[in-house]
Amino acid sequence: MRNIEREVQREVFALHVNGERIQVLVPVHKTLLEVLREDLGLTGTKHGCELGECGTCTVLIEGLPQLSCLVLPIQLENRRVTTVEGLTQGSHLHPLQQTFAELGAAQCGYCTPGMLLAAAALLESNRQPTRDQIREALAGNLCRCTGYSKIVEAVGAVHRAVT
Amino acid sequence: MTERGSGPLHVVGQPLQKVDAGPKVTGAAVYADDIALPRMLFCKILRSALPHARILSVDPTVARRMPGVHTVITGQDLPIRFGILPVSQDERALEYEKVRYVGDPIAAVAAVDEETAEAACQAIRVEYEELKSIMSIDEALREPVDEPIHERANTRQPVNIHRLVAYEFGDVDAGFEKADYVREDIFFFQGNTHLPMEQHSAVANYVDGKLTLWSSTQVVHYVHRALSKTLELPMNRIRVIGATHGGGFGGKTDPFAHEVVVSKLAMLTGRPVKCTLTREEVFYTHRGRHPVLMWVRTGATRDGRITAMHFKSALDGGAYGSYGAASVFYTGTLQTVTYDIPAYRFEGCRVFTNKAPCGPKRGHGTPQPRFAIELHLEKIARDLGLDPVEMKRRNFVKPFTRAVNWLRITSCGLEECTDKVVEASGYRTRRRRPGHGMGFAISSYMSGAGTAIYWNDMPHSEVQLKVDRTGVTVYCGAMDIGQGSDSVLAHIVAEELGLQPRDVRLVTADTDLTPIDLGSYSSRVTFMAGNAALEAARKMRLLLVQAVAEKMGVGDQFEPIPVGGGQIGDFDFEQACVLAETKYGTLTTGGSYTPPRIGGPYKGSGVGPSPAYSYSAAVVDIDADDRTGIVTVNKVWLAHDIGRAINPLLVIGQIEGSVYMALGEALMEEQEYRKGRHKGPSMLEYKSPTFQDTPEIESFLVETIDPEGPYGAKEAGQGPLLPVIPAVNAALFDALGVWVDEVPMTPDKVLRALDRKTKGESPRYGPQKFPAIPYPELIRVEPPDPHDMRVGAELANA
Repeated sequence: MRNIEREVQREVFALHVNGERIQVLVPVHKTLLEVLREDLGLTGTKHGCELGECGTCTVLIEGLPQLSCLVLPIQLENRRVTTVEGLTQGSHLHPLQQTFAELGAAQCGYCTPGMLLAAAALLESNRQPTRDQIREALAGNLCRCTGYSKIVEAVGAVHRAVT
Repeated sequence: MTERGSGPLHVVGQPLQKVDAGPKVTGAAVYADDIALPRMLFCKILRSALPHARILSVDPTVARRMPGVHTVITGQDLPIRFGILPVSQDERALEYEKVRYVGDPIAAVAAVDEETAEAACQAIRVEYEELKSIMSIDEALREPVDEPIHERANTRQPVNIHRLVAYEFGDVDAGFEKADYVREDIFFFQGNTHLPMEQHSAVANYVDGKLTLWSSTQVVHYVHRALSKTLELPMNRIRVIGATHGGGFGGKTDPFAHEVVVSKLAMLTGRPVKCTLTREEVFYTHRGRHPVLMWVRTGATRDGRITAMHFKSALDGGAYGSYGAASVFYTGTLQTVTYDIPAYRFEGCRVFTNKAPCGPKRGHGTPQPRFAIELHLEKIARDLGLDPVEMKRRNFVKPFTRAVNWLRITSCGLEECTDKVVEASGYRTRRRRPGHGMGFAISSYMSGAGTAIYWNDMPHSEVQLKVDRTGVTVYCGAMDIGQGSDSVLAHIVAEELGLQPRDVRLVTADTDLTPIDLGSYSSRVTFMAGNAALEAARKMRLLLVQAVAEKMGVGDQFEPIPVGGGQIGDFDFEQACVLAETKYGTLTTGGSYTPPRIGGPYKGSGVGPSPAYSYSAAVVDIDADDRTGIVTVNKVWLAHDIGRAINPLLVIGQIEGSVYMALGEALMEEQEYRKGRHKGPSMLEYKSPTFQDTPEIESFLVETIDPEGPYGAKEAGQGPLLPVIPAVNAALFDALGVWVDEVPMTPDKVLRALDRKTKGESPRYGPQKFPAIPYPELIRVEPPDPHDMRVGAELANA
């Protein structure tokens, strides 16, 4: 047990992550980002600021992109969370993961999980987004390596790849 | 010299996916902060809240007693100074005498979790005696009110000056006399930071008297050296491993306090310790772009030929040396490898201020002078009634020549790069409309520094290859920071052994396992590690071919034996390995690369020489709103002389990333201070371009096949950033007829320049004066014969 002498209020939360139902006992103020990375070993979700400014920690909650650094587990009862690990079906890559890899949309790769999830949410609602729609949907996710071009290309290429 | 590009290529030149793309798109890649070891403790660092103060006392008593706290250390636990350059060993992992900027580390806690460690840091009592802080170049040049930032032995110069340099190549006064026209300008380039998406992180473990550190560093070797020095451990008891890297851009090239601190804490506690910086701490850790004030005077003939140039720079270095002793040289040294300047005087100065220390950011010390020089020449062209592109072109350096400051130019694709962007953009044929403008600029950058950071004659890169019937493994100390250096190594080895990059296993950036490479900075990896890999692979290929030739009964006639498509002669690769292993035993080869000695016969000639220079040209198309001052970039065309693109997909990725980063610097990114504090140490306040701010970028690759690069390759990671910034400002003049001689070119500056134009004043916003700086006496250097291409001993003995 950690911090046994400090009074930290802990609670059990029932989470639904990547199709699995999981119970965690964590301090109530711990963010979803921290729970994913530290308690569930889902380190594919990255952090760049922990203040909701960079988009790096984006996950899907009920299919919508959310910043996991601003979400508390108490908000998640009966809500499905998807992380980058949940995009892959077994060892089969999601079409976005495929086009990101092939077209060089991941350089250092650190913003990639968040980008992939924000893009996956976009494609869910709009299978054939225009370049401008992609740029708008991903505008909350920062990337310092790519200049964004290859990311736009990779998201746009999914439709062509699957049809 | 080995033959570095021959025969038809099968893998080199193919736009293949990066070898590490898989783990990066699935979340499987393990970055430093993803590492969790059993019994791991968490470290937080207490940092100075004051910009300049003496430390009277540090009292960790309360913190030590807090539940969950294992150890608290202070400066006395780590008293040995370190720094990236041998001449600037001026940092302590934890300071106990004085603090020099907001963010200077003072104490560190190892605790059961980050929250406990943070609470303990807050409980450490520090008593300060506050000193008057020094926050600008002008203030640093004056006598300090209280005391200098660093104690200086040399009292003949103002005490907050860190470095002064002064050179003259050729007869500058005579050059100005020959000029028909002379112009002076002053420019200012504000500092900015790398802002990697990944915050720095390090994990240390100390087991059985041996320390292992995983870190998000660009250079495992330099961290290795710094740990050995500060911890007083021999290097053979330290292992540094580069974790998957979340972005550097120069910002993770210094050894850092947190790396030393977690190592010490692991040694004291006997448990693994991790420290991950917060985003705010990343802003303080910095080592980013120096703010630079520049003055330049150039003489030209009526037809626009440069006759002489005098360039002065003043760098605001922040609180510590870092790479600064080199940065100051870089503000002056590469002007001559883009333009043929027959006589050149350069005076540079770096001062200390109470700001986060500056260091190398993409382009290290050269984007600032590139901005100044390109705009300055643009103004001269307009004064002389010449087309700026044409005037610049008249002064382009020629391939295979030697510049006035002895830098040796090999391949040079400036002409072709210029043609590409000017034609594709329609720069000359565009239709004019209000508020619309285009700007053009060029640049050059090094393919690795020709001189090591600490003086030695050893190779700059070493590669080992192991081949057996299970496959091929490459061992190299280079760190893939996202630019794709692992992929480049795999491409080269695959090319030589007739395989595909995915067939090649890589072990990189691990000081226990890999031979030394000086790391990922200075755009050196493709060129230097690439050449080392090529040598190792060619030796291995020979072993395999010899064994196969013997089996095929063709004796010494190796030449007809084809290597490719997974085959060596009549045998597949695995069979060939069995034959060679049987014949020779263990199959290992090594390759190394030592750059030729290029620098001229003068002290200080070590900064600037590179075995080859890349070249770029850019055209930027903007719309500028004269009511709001807002500049919208519509498109950027960038042509880059890459020598040869080993993987064009990765080269274009580097170009696009460089253009994007340049636009951020040109238009919005700035590291500003108010009352001794960083104005906005967060990603919200520090503005950087989003998807919405980044325009279409059209890239052109120009291949000049450099004689010294692997297969003719040169650098791509930094050069393409350089021309974009001045091209944006040139486009503004084209659009609105005003000059903003400052970076970033924010809307308020555009409006102020427009305001002056309306009032009939000089239509310019920018610095008004350059301070008086006590530059030393000029070191006068005779220029070389421009056709003298000799290097190394031949040059030294000449």
